[in-house]
Parts: sequence; structure tokens; C-alpha cells
Amino acid sequence: MKYFRSHILVCKDPDCIHKGAHEVMDALQDELVAEGLINEIQVLETSRIGNCWNGPEMMVYPEGIHYTNLTVDDIPYLVEEHFLKGRIATRFVEPEKSVKDEELGAPKSKEIRVVLRNCGKIDPENIEDYIAEDGYAALGKALTEMSPTQVIETVLASGLRGRGGAGFPAARKWSFVAAKQGSDKFLICNADEGDPGAFMNRRVLESDPHAVLEGMIIAAYAAGIKQGYIYCRAEYPIAVKTLNIAINQARAMGLLGKDILGSGFDFDLEVRMGAGAFVCGEETALMASIEGKRGEPRPRPPFPADSGLWGKPSNVNNVETYANVPQIILKGADWYASMGNEKSKGTKTFAIAGDVNNTGLIEVPFGISLREIVFDVCGGIKDGKQFKAIQTGGPMGGCLPASQLDLPMDYESMTAAGSMMGSGGLIVMDEDTCMVDIARFFMEFTQDESCGKCTPCRVGTRRILEILNRICEGKGRHGDIETLELLCKEIKSTSLCGLGQGAPTPVESTLKHFREEYEAHIFQKKCPAKVCKSLISYEIQPDICTGCTVCSRNCPVEAINGERRQAHKIDPDVCVRCGICMQVCNFNAIIVN
Amino acid sequence: MNSAVISALANDPVNNTDQKSIIDSIINENRTRPGATMVILNEVQSQIGFISESMQSYIAQTLRVPVSTIHGVVSFYSFFTTQPRGKHTIKFCMGTACYVGGTPQLIEKAKQALGIDMGQTTPDGKITLEVCRCVGACSQAPVIVVDDETLGRVKPSKFPQVVRQCQE
Ligand SMILES: Cc1cc2nc3c(=O)[nH]c(=O)nc-3n(C[C@H](O)[C@H](O)[C@H](O)COP(=O)(O)O)c2cc1C
Ligand code: FES
Repeated sequence: MKYFRSHILVCKDPDCIHKGAHEVMDALQDELVAEGLINEIQVLETSRIGNCWNGPEMMVYPEGIHYTNLTVDDIPYLVEEHFLKGRIATRFVEPEKSVKDEELGAPKSKEIRVVLRNCGKIDPENIEDYIAEDGYAALGKALTEMSPTQVIETVLASGLRGRGGAGFPAARKWSFVAAKQGSDKFLICNADEGDPGAFMNRRVLESDPHAVLEGMIIAAYAAGIKQGYIYCRAEYPIAVKTLNIAINQARAMGLLGKDILGSGFDFDLEVRMGAGAFVCGEETALMASIEGKRGEPRPRPPFPADSGLWGKPSNVNNVETYANVPQIILKGADWYASMGNEKSKGTKTFAIAGDVNNTGLIEVPFGISLREIVFDVCGGIKDGKQFKAIQTGGPMGGCLPASQLDLPMDYESMTAAGSMMGSGGLIVMDEDTCMVDIARFFMEFTQDESCGKCTPCRVGTRRILEILNRICEGKGRHGDIETLELLCKEIKSTSLCGLGQGAPTPVESTLKHFREEYEAHIFQKKCPAKVCKSLISYEIQPDICTGCTVCSRNCPVEAINGERRQAHKIDPDVCVRCGICMQVCNFNAIIVN
Repeated sequence: MNSAVISALANDPVNNTDQKSIIDSIINENRTRPGATMVILNEVQSQIGFISESMQSYIAQTLRVPVSTIHGVVSFYSFFTTQPRGKHTIKFCMGTACYVGGTPQLIEKAKQALGIDMGQTTPDGKITLEVCRCVGACSQAPVIVVDDETLGRVKPSKFPQVVRQCQE
């Protein structure tokens, strides 16, 4: 193996690429070549070193120095200081952000990294990096020191619950499959992550794929399974590529395939790609898709443990569920169970999007309050606006208002509050968001993604959407709210799979917590948040408008008229209320009524 | 048959030796794998770019399954298309974060700039506009995907630049 004195990991997440990571990496390589260092220093791509808030960023090993806010022009200076003179280029180092202790994070940030512990620290395409971080040690321990039953008992005692949404104890599922005779059984990893706003699984697959593989191999050992599949959505091509590289490396090292680590245990894995259907995240639909069929769900029971892939006993778990397993085996059930609260143990990753200052990925112990997540970990609401709602659980979850901010984040509390844990997408909304519009948006999503197999979901979601569309257009009627409530109840209780059963949740939760907004739309024909197009109009304030023409040039329908340097005017009959003019106006001259 | 149909047939990958041999090798490599249909269709979609009706019949025949089975699968998944896309595809993320973050405005701008609707291709065959599901770059909302490249924080005013790059 070639020896390098230093490794530079450059973050190549979309956030960082957007800020110029490609260019920075190219410049870095050119500079190293120019200085004759390219044979001593290796430049690698990785994802998520920090939170991508200060990208492009990179990490230099072995020193573990985290450089942020880089530009192409900084590279010559940085290379000279760090690699020629051996001094840390302090001006690119964030002082308080110590990255030494990735595993526990800085206490102030309230983060604990278990699943994300290696993210950004190791080269995901190099198995040796993973092994250097205790990788595959848990597998060795499980295969040589533990019986399958002991593995199941340990994971049960840790309290690890499925991270795909429902929160079923992971090892309990394994024990069902383990009890089945024969070796024709399958282990499946659900990497379909279809919830919009959720990207935790993608980050783990892209930056620490071996943790998922190791967890899967251990689960397979516990349940006596020889063949596994990872079902990854087609929207994640980099994850598929990284996984395939990882699988090949693991196979080459004898960690997958026949007689793993000389234990006599055989297990192999394959990645299967989805093709853009949200419902395929549902386990029975997912298995139909792997079988090469339309991804339509079927009623349960029979549960996958009885009759799964090709009718054989199968175990389905989420990416994050598996990624937790090696740590539990290595550090013990007590360590894991010491994090979290009474019923929800360990940590959970969340993808935060929306109107908070720090969007991105976090990992926090269960039981932390929503308020702590929004205001402490994520730095509060953007632009000093008011918090309005937090959406948890994706399209089958609900919106929770400010009065619920002190709820602890765990499976039971979320369900009790009329939302759900889901896979971990959190969307924070500020005062400018219309809750009826949000409910309509989610309904559009589920209506479109309904596979059409069962009537309540196929027709019911469409009826709800029609009513919501009407309300948003200012054509709401007396009785609409009651009809919505009835429809929600019926769809929930009669749909075939979790998609239909969860589809009404966004509507129900907004009706429960933001009923007055529905009433304003229906009875006063007003959209309090000034979002719904039919209920608002745009107006240019003549005393502020400078006549710069930027709005009229950007208007898609030529609804804005006016002479240069004269106040402009919007023709309300032509205007489609897209809001572009308001976005582009440099003088805030445009208001919504 | 009118001339448009004849030329469409003549251009179909099953009538083009190079493309047909690609399809054949995809089928041969994968046909014995369990659940081969999805694997084959995914590969054909990614290498040829679409799965026309005659390609569906051809694949069905070779795999000895009813065409309806193949068609059922192709029409179920949104990634499979039955018509060729333009040279470049611009996808607009309509995930929650992007929806809240301004994709609708961006779409208005795109439709205006190119004079086509979502799902359509410009007459010169260069650019196809599509909406897509969350691509997992939500913290960058609104996000568009130009071919394989993900662009974040795209303002409507930046869109013409994106179009210009595609047209080069
Ligand atoms: C409509 C629908 C979509 C789902 N999408 C996902 C998904 O994207 N990822 C996931 O892990 N589980 C998803 N699930 C949950 C799975 O059906 C299943 O419960 C889960 O993969 C089990 O793994 P776990 O026990 O580790 O959570 C979805 C369920 C439904 C009803
Ligand atoms: S919502 Fe657009 S990338 Fe997630």
C-alpha cells in the first residue's frame, strides 16, 4: 500500500458543492502537484464533515484539523502554511468547533453521535478507514463470542427500536425470523427514504456504508439468514455507488460471502434500486418491487417474518436501525440504553429543513424537547421571525404548533400529539406559512403516490385534495371542515397500508391545531399567512418603487407596467400571483394584501 | 402509417443495431437473477434513456412474460419513461422543503423562459422540464437537478443562466 503522510478529506455534499467544493478540490490538487507534494498527500472526497454550514470544508488527517469557509484563492496560502511550513492555518479553523470528540459532540450542542460518528471522519470508499475506527470488531465479537440468541438478547436489552417510523423493537423481529426453520430467508435493508425532507439515511449510506453492512451481517447471523438485499431509491445514485464499492471491499476481505471470518457463517448482499415510487418504502410494497413487480403493498398479516420476499420469512429494517447495531454489540446494551428516555432508547438522526438558521443533519438523544431542537441545536427561526409549526414524520405525520414545543421527541409522545416519529425529517415553518396550503401540499403528495390498489386511499385522498383546493381558492363552503374530518376518519380506518392510514394525518393535525386558519379561508375568504394565491393580491407601493424595472422584467406574464424611473403598477387581472416580483424587488416596494 | 410514425419506428432502439445489442446484453446478464424485471428495466432506462412500447414488447418476448406485466411495471414507477427525454433534463424538486422554499415560483419562471410545460421537451430537443421528489438536499432549498448535478438555492433570476449552460 502506498503511504501518505497526510490525508485531506473534502466535503462533497450538495451544500458544499454549491459553495464551490469542486473548484476548491481542483485547486487543491493543482497546488499539491505544483508544490511536488502530491505523492505525500492524498486528497479524498467525503460527505458531511461538519454541518455544511460553512462550506466548502475539509479535514486534514492525522492532525484532525477542520478547515472551513475555503475559497479557491485561499488554497495556495493554506497549502504553504499547513503542508510546507507545518503550521495550522488558523484563519480557516472555527475555534470553538472542536472535532476531536466526534462521538459525543460538544455538550452545548446537545448532540450525541452514534450513527453519524464516522461521517466525514473516514473515507467511505476505503474499508480500512472504517476498520481503523473499530469497524467490523462488533462482527468479530458477535461471530466468535456470541450465539445468535445472545445477539438478539443484547439488542433487545439495548431497547433499539426500528428507525423507519413504526418503532418496533428491532431484535424482536429478528427473533421471529430466527424461529423459522430452513435457510431460505431474507434480510432486507430499507433504504428507500422517500419522505420529502428526510436525508439522514442517504448521509449514512454515503459516508459510512460499512456500518450499515456490518449491522446487516450481525442481524443476519442472529436470524440465521444467508441472503440480503439493500433496496435503495433511484434518487440516490451516489449511495448506490458507495454501497457497491463497500460490498465489494467487504467481500474481498472475507467479511461477506462464504465462511465469514472463519466462523462457518455464510451471508451475501446485493443492492437493488427502486424507480421512483414512494409507496415502495412500505415493506410489503418494497418486497414486491425487489421481486420485479409493481410496488403495491398487500395486507398484513401475514407479516414479512412469516411470508416475505418470495413468500419466505424475511426481516426488514431501516438503514439507521442497522447502523446502530455494531455499536450496541461493541459497547453493550447498557451503554445504549443509558441514552434516551424511558421507552425510546438511544439517539435519533434528524434532517432539519425549513425556516431555521441551521438546517442540516443532527443526531440527538431521544427525549430531547422539540424546543431544544429548534432553538438550541438549530439556532432558532430565520430572520427573527416567529415560530409557527414543526412538521414531523413526513407526509404521514402532522404539524405541531408552538404550544407543543415542550413535548419530548420520542415515539409515544409524537403519536399522542397526533403526529408521528416517522423516519426523522423535521420541517420548521415560520409565520409566513399557510397551514391549509401545507395540508394541501401533503395531500397532493400522497394522492399522487397512492398506488391505487385500495379505494379509500385512491379515491379518498383525491376527495380531500379537491376540498382543500377549493378552500385555498376561496371557494370553501359551510360543512367542508366536517366533511374533511369524516373523510380523514374513514380513510384512516379502512386503508390497506400505512400510506392511506397515514395520509389524513397532516389534515387532521392542522385541523386540530390551526382550525382558525381553515375558518378564515372558508368564511372570511382570507389567507392569514398571505400565501393562497386566489385570496391575495400584490401591490406596488408607489412611494417606495424606484422604477428600476426589475419586477416587470422578471414577471412571467407581463402583468407589471410602468416607465423606467416611474412607479410601476401590477395589473391584477393578468397577475398570476407567483410572487417573483416580490422576491426580486430590491427595495421591498411590493406588498401582499 | 403516416411519416411521423414510420420515422419514430425507424428510430426506435429495437430497430437500431447498436442500441438493440445493448438491450440484449442487459437482458442476458440479468435474466437469471431473482426479480430480474426491475433490474433490467432500470438498466435499460439508464443506458437507453427510455423504454418505448416496442422495447417493452421486445423485453417481454425475450423474458417470456406477458407484455402487460412489463407495461404494468413500467407505468407504475415514475423513473421509467416511454419517450426519449431532451438532451438535458432539468428537474425541479417538489419535496416539502423545496416547496416551502420557492420551487413553485421557479417553475413559473422556467415555464416562461422555455415556453413549455412541466413534463415537456423544448422543440429543439435540448431541454426537458420535470418535477421530482425530494432529492435529499433539503437544506439547500429550492433545489433543481440538471442532468446529474444538484443545484441548490436557485433563485428565479438565476434560472436563465442554467438554461444557457444547457443550450451550449
Ligand atoms: C407509505 C410508507 C412509506 C414508508 N417508507 C419508509 C422508508 O422510506 N424507509 C423506511 O425505513 N421505512 C419506511 N416505511 C416503514 C416500513 O414499512 C417498515 O416499517 C420499516 O422499513 C421497518 O424497519 P424498522 O423496523 O427498522 O423501522 C414506510 C411505511 C409506509 C407505510
Ligand atoms: S425537499 Fe428538495 S431536496 Fe429535499
